[in-house]
Amino acid sequence: MELNQYLEMFIEESKEHLQSCSDNLLELEKNPEDIAIVNEIFRSAHTLKGMSATMGYEDLADLTHKMENVLDAIRNEKILVTPDVLDVVFESVDHLEAMVMNIADGGDGKRDVSNTVAKLKRIESGEPVQQNAVELAAAEVATTTLVEQNSPELDYDSFEKTVILQSTEQGFNAYEISVTLRADCLLKAARVYMVFDILEKNGDVVKSRPTVDKLEEEQFDQDFKVALITQTSVDELHSKILKVSEVEKVTITQLTKDKFITSASAEAATTIEEVRENENPIVPQQKGQEESVSQKTSSPTKHATSKTIRVSIERLDILMNLFEELVIDRGRLQSISTEVKHAELNETVERMSRTMGDLQNIVLTMRMIPIETVFNRFPKMVRTLSRDLKKKINLEVIGAETELDRTVIDEIGDPLVHLIRNSVDHGIESPEVRRANGKPEEGNVTLRAYHSGNYVFIEIEDDGAGINRDKVLNKAISKGIVSKEIASTLSDKQINELIFASGFSTADVISDISGRGVGLDVVKTTIESLGGNISIESTEGVGSIFSIQLPLTLSIISVMLVEIEQETYAIPLSSIIETSIIKNSDILNAHNQKVIDFRGKVVPLIFLEEIFEVPRKEQIDQDYHSVVIVRKGEKLAGLVVDSFIGQQEIVLKSLGNYLTNIFAISGATILGNGKVALIVDCNALMK
Amino acid sequence: MNAVEQEILKVIVFQLADKEYAIPLSNVQGIEKLMHITRVPKTEKYVKGVINLRGVVTPIIDLRERFGIPVSDNEETTRIIIITTDEMEVGFVVDSANDVIDIPVNAIEQQPEVVGSNEVDFISGVAKLENRLLILLHLDKVLNPAE
Repeated sequence: MELNQYLEMFIEESKEHLQSCSDNLLELEKNPEDIAIVNEIFRSAHTLKGMSATMGYEDLADLTHKMENVLDAIRNEKILVTPDVLDVVFESVDHLEAMVMNIADGGDGKRDVSNTVAKLKRIESGEPVQQNAVELAAAEVATTTLVEQNSPELDYDSFEKTVILQSTEQGFNAYEISVTLRADCLLKAARVYMVFDILEKNGDVVKSRPTVDKLEEEQFDQDFKVALITQTSVDELHSKILKVSEVEKVTITQLTKDKFITSASAEAATTIEEVRENENPIVPQQKGQEESVSQKTSSPTKHATSKTIRVSIERLDILMNLFEELVIDRGRLQSISTEVKHAELNETVERMSRTMGDLQNIVLTMRMIPIETVFNRFPKMVRTLSRDLKKKINLEVIGAETELDRTVIDEIGDPLVHLIRNSVDHGIESPEVRRANGKPEEGNVTLRAYHSGNYVFIEIEDDGAGINRDKVLNKAISKGIVSKEIASTLSDKQINELIFASGFSTADVISDISGRGVGLDVVKTTIESLGGNISIESTEGVGSIFSIQLPLTLSIISVMLVEIEQETYAIPLSSIIETSIIKNSDILNAHNQKVIDFRGKVVPLIFLEEIFEVPRKEQIDQDYHSVVIVRKGEKLAGLVVDSFIGQQEIVLKSLGNYLTNIFAISGATILGNGKVALIVDCNALMK
Repeated sequence: MNAVEQEILKVIVFQLADKEYAIPLSNVQGIEKLMHITRVPKTEKYVKGVINLRGVVTPIIDLRERFGIPVSDNEETTRIIIITTDEMEVGFVVDSANDVIDIPVNAIEQQPEVVGSNEVDFISGVAKLENRLLILLHLDKVLNPAE
């Protein structure tokens, strides 16, 4: 079967369903009584199961099925929602995620989950997951597996069972209809269609065996079974179906509630009492259902606002490229129209320019996605971490709807994981310590995102221990990151910055979670490579705030355009401190290096003309030089150019796969005149 | 080369100095007139720079330089052939490009006779057609900087 074309869709949707599972599980943990949430999780899991079975990922389907059983038991109030039960369900979701990721990476989605499956089974059968699990559950759960075997003719899954049970309570009849076609029937699929047509006019088909797909493909012998919910009488149905030609026999049996729930098995007798009891939960559940119905009426509006289609980022890039071409042509058209001085032409060109301005905004914002896609994995992560570390932590997420360029989103995940782990592990103290310090046992970690100017700020705030100045200093000195002499002169801010130095770790015990000392410096580097920066504010005993500043998009940057002979280069504004004109006589020589005295600092000069080997037509001796002062960390340098053109927002482009690793060039851009200008990589110039 | 099983290979014919070369049409995205090329510093001599090809920054290779043929002045007929492979998109500067022809596959000799000069390394075959001799380029080798 040609399933490849659906694979991408399958992966995306699976991720969404798993995300919804995680979100709702977290929600459930806060409101263990809320059956509506369980239903929501169940629905996601059920869809996932169906999809993965269709796609042939048996392991995925199987694990989902096991998880579903547990959820079903929860839903039917046979299992209490305890943190231990949730742990196992979370674990399953983790496994499922890993499987989906594996499939996305081209794997077969196989994974050893026997451990988790065993745990799920134990929950399902009511055994404690861990020794301290609630013993009560044991007695209550006994019926879950039972119901499994109970289904009379067709196997119903829990959802279908619920539907049937509810319908019968609402005065509908549920029938199992067995239809046998004549052995010489030629157009089986057509007959099936006709039968289904009749059935669907008279009620709702809940289930069929074989499945509808298989029936349509004529993958059955002569008979098939259908479960129908209807108000039509048995006789009427019978005669109606028989009217379809080539139908040989129709058998209709009613599914009564008793027949449906109880089974002939001997075990049933002992638990029948409980089964009866279990009929009651259905009533409240129905209420729950009604509630969720009323929720449903409100939820479509929510969904309607976020109707989306998936577009590959490459297509957007192409759109962007074409759009830029238009912008260049617009420039030409504008200059032509001013020359021609034709009133109508002028007006049209102006109108077009305005429309294109709007269009540009749309094209740019199309690449933006909410940071939610990164944030939504953190609640689960923090939950797992805090349980592992035996801490009580409440994670608050603010501003998840803040939009960022897709390219930034892709990169920012790992650094944030690190910072949050850091806050949870090193920031928030254990409940005992917190109590001793007069703080509430539960620590707070706040993840906040917001726009400001052309930047997005992401803050990770915790009300934990904060940074211990002396501890950091001692560590830094012992690791040789700073010398004792320098250490005494450092400001608080500078000391805080030390934890970003490589080879630094303040945790006394190196834990699994963070603290191998490889983390924060990598975080800093990653963020800087994205054109952003990170800073810390910390008060000992009160907490810390890690603040990340990121450009809205990586594809558009502000640059200073400069000219060298006939060539135009772009210098990113983010590395420029200022521009200045210097006299020849201001240039000093130090160790074969030309330097200038810039506001009391000795700044080496870099002649871009030499670095870039710009061909000179004739050597001109200038008395004055235009210098762009740039910065890399604490270091400064002066880039000598012929002249400044001005500041501009440009669209960053790569030089392609052929030209890689060009010295001191980070990319290119297309100027208003249609020519390509190269972007100077200041970091490479200052080794 | 991927057309070996086929009877006919469609190629673009272009000229460098006095010789005729061919590139499979399937690798050619288009032919452009010479336009402004932005020099990229610290690259191989045969890399002329980059152009703006409808919004895509595209590197340009001067095939004369690449093959060690003395460079001629830009003339009216000079063209840039835009080549696409799986990995990249580049432009070749050639003296002129004006023909699309069908070469019967059996006219291609895989092992070129002595063609002379440096471009031997870049050749995948030679096609003899009546009174013409077409040199088929081995694109991967031309594009591989570490040749």
